[in-house]
Amino acid sequence: MTESKTHSFALNFGPQHPAAHGVLRLILELDGEVVERADPHIGLLHRGTEKLIETKTYLQALPYFDRLDYVAPMCQEHAFALAVEKLLGIAPPPRAQILRVLFAEITRLLNHLFCITTAALDTGAVTPPLWGFEEREKLMAFYERVSGARMHANYFRPGGVHRDLPDGLAGDIWAYTEKFPKFLDDIETLLTENRIFKQRTVDIGIATKEQALDWGFSGPMLRASGVAWDLRKSQPYDIYDHMDFDVPVGKTGDCYARYLVRMEEMRQSNSIMRQCLKALPEGPVMVDNYKIAPPPRADITCSMEALIHHFKLYTEGFHVPAGETYTAVEAPKGEFGVYLVADGTNKPYRCKIRAPSFAHLQALETMCKGHMIADVAAIIGSLDIVFGEVDR
Amino acid sequence: MNADKQSQLSAAVKRVLGGDCLSVSVAHDEVTVCVPRARIAVALQKLRDDPATSMTQLMDICGVDYPARSERFDVVYQLVSLSGNVRVRVKITTDETTSVPSVCGVYSAAGWFEREAWDLCGIKFSGHPDLRRILTDYDFEGHPLRKDFPLTGTVELRYDDEKKRVAYEPVKLSQEHREYDFLSPWAGEG
Repeated sequence: MTESKTHSFALNFGPQHPAAHGVLRLILELDGEVVERADPHIGLLHRGTEKLIETKTYLQALPYFDRLDYVAPMCQEHAFALAVEKLLGIAPPPRAQILRVLFAEITRLLNHLFCITTAALDTGAVTPPLWGFEEREKLMAFYERVSGARMHANYFRPGGVHRDLPDGLAGDIWAYTEKFPKFLDDIETLLTENRIFKQRTVDIGIATKEQALDWGFSGPMLRASGVAWDLRKSQPYDIYDHMDFDVPVGKTGDCYARYLVRMEEMRQSNSIMRQCLKALPEGPVMVDNYKIAPPPRADITCSMEALIHHFKLYTEGFHVPAGETYTAVEAPKGEFGVYLVADGTNKPYRCKIRAPSFAHLQALETMCKGHMIADVAAIIGSLDIVFGEVDR
Repeated sequence: MNADKQSQLSAAVKRVLGGDCLSVSVAHDEVTVCVPRARIAVALQKLRDDPATSMTQLMDICGVDYPARSERFDVVYQLVSLSGNVRVRVKITTDETTSVPSVCGVYSAAGWFEREAWDLCGIKFSGHPDLRRILTDYDFEGHPLRKDFPLTGTVELRYDDEKKRVAYEPVKLSQEHREYDFLSPWAGEG
């Protein structure tokens, strides 16, 4: 028998691989089927968001946040709106705060449905995405009814939300939350005890507690590794401190634990949505300050003041006092932070966007090393990365 | 978070850093501490390891460009303590040529954040294991987040049908770039 030598060889995974979840170019160095090195090349979707924001007024900058993580748009608007409000020293009225939390949780459902079902697709299950995307479509219909757009909503504004709920929407969301847990049960019958799914995810891509902290993990990734840390609980914003919900924490830090954490988070989100709808007070949805919020449409035709305010707001915008803030929200993927430096003009001086996926993707090599090449797809799926926010 | 907690935290930060602390300020309930550039890795390690601060995680590193200053860049590190439930922002300054000690040895998460700061702002880091560009194109020139970098960029690319490959060319705008500056020359009230 002749002696055979194994060579390590490089494999170019992506940028157009269906399991790369977008435009990830991953250079894998393999020894046979075992991954020795994984070097993600990112930036293929870099659009210069931070540079563009520096040249736009605060109101014009807001839509860019929808286009970062396009699977969970409103949570990012939330971070920017909160950052601007902090520098302006204003707080939105109670109804606006509840509406924001309601839609932030709808966004969490949108995101986790996408993440779990496509991760299942990466590990060979075709049915979950078909079911999950139907639910996403219903949730995006809520987006559309409240903001006019299915995805790029531009709904949360500094000072509140753009519009009040249209007639009947609250009732329809309530009806949806009654049926949604049944849907989750159905998804669980497909995946939770599924032998193939468990073989593909249990003990795959383990991040220990220490690693998760060291690599700057946040959100479900951190909680799956056994760290009970949720910004909605620890540093609550809007009315999260009045909401009653549990924070699921995983034990093993593998892909399966991340799946379980996300499933439970969806049940909690559903419960938060119901609490929001129950607690929804009457009242305005925007601060009563025409320097920051537009005047009522009807006033514009009969009041010169209103016309001027409207014109000034949408051309010059509002001035934000000089200062800086790092404001973070618990986006579905983890800590989404905005480091905003204002110089007293109508445009941000610097707006650094801290995207959770960026930090998670960085740790891919640590998690992949020593695994088989087929596991790379399962690990990427469990990271829940979206390139809109990785590349910005 | 309340003011009491912030003042306790800034006192703790001062005590932990000792001589490495240039200034501590609190604004908008957020604590900012400035440290000397050469001591950044040491300072972050102290903040991480001392139980009084225990800054478990590095969430972000960011460069901010102030072209008018002699040391034009701020490098801003966002730390968070999970046990204390507090955040601290650490700042250093640097210029285009002086490199900043890398903090990859303290927090692994710094790797890509420092690459990003090098790529977009052109801040140099010494001791970084792999300081390549990260977000811009291969062979990109310039640092887009510097204030003197044009918004339109300097090169554009198209598919060259004759050469059968992508060709890079200097940016040619079919109409002049328009600056929409609506900043009012009259200072309003509030």
